[in-house]
Amino acid sequence: MGRNIAALLAGLVFGLGLTISEMVNPAKVLAFLDLFGNWDPSLAFVMGGALIVTAIGYRLAWTRPKPVFAERFQVPGNRQVDTKLALGAILFGIGWGGLSKEPALRRRILELRLRK
Amino acid sequence: MENFTPISASIGGVLIGLSAVLLMALNGRIAGISGVFSGSVFAERGDKLWRTLFVVGLIAAPALWALTRGAQPPFEITQNWPLIIAGGLLVGFGTRLGSGCTSGHGVCGLSRLSPRSMASVALFMGAGMATVAIAKSVLGA
Repeated sequence: MGRNIAALLAGLVFGLGLTISEMVNPAKVLAFLDLFGNWDPSLAFVMGGALIVTAIGYRLAWTRPKPVFAERFQVPGNRQVDTKLALGAILFGIGWGGLSKEPALRRRILELRLRK
Repeated sequence: MENFTPISASIGGVLIGLSAVLLMALNGRIAGISGVFSGSVFAERGDKLWRTLFVVGLIAAPALWALTRGAQPPFEITQNWPLIIAGGLLVGFGTRLGSGCTSGHGVCGLSRLSPRSMASVALFMGAGMATVAIAKSVLGA
């Protein structure tokens, strides 16, 4: 019971963070990838803020013998970088970036059509 | 950089970090969206409900925000469905194959200095930026 309420609460806080930082807007997220265009570094600040809190908060949480509603902390122990990880990350990045350029492309096609 | 919003981005980031810490301190779990979400469908029976509730909270928050503020947060995305489906499949397949995305690797993993997460973040950000740059130079868009 406590475990489920905790998860719901964590989800709400995460969603609130995404909303306030405007990371619920795909265009805002994708503008971060447009390094050589109209670059919007906001996502780096979202990650930076989250990282500082998590880096400190995790260490505080781990000073306790176990989580409040569970028997143990489940942290991935694998530290080995392998092909699967690399390939997965690259595919994710391509899909992420690919979603961003279409509106601009559509505008460009429209412009060319209008010019004729 | 006219759309740069460092203050709201940092506040939002702190909340995301707080959520990750809550989930670790209370439930002992990593707040990785792709992993929690896929587990809400594929995990073992006793391990599903908390995942579903996390996702419910995640989706409910922007809606609640819109209700209290009387305004929808902006949401702009391409209407090209084949591209959305192709991109979505790549994102979904890639995050499962690579064991995580921006939240799991980018926040939880980096904060505990996991070499896997550092490699993952460098690769997916590099690949994303390269894809955008190539699309622009090839397509002139």
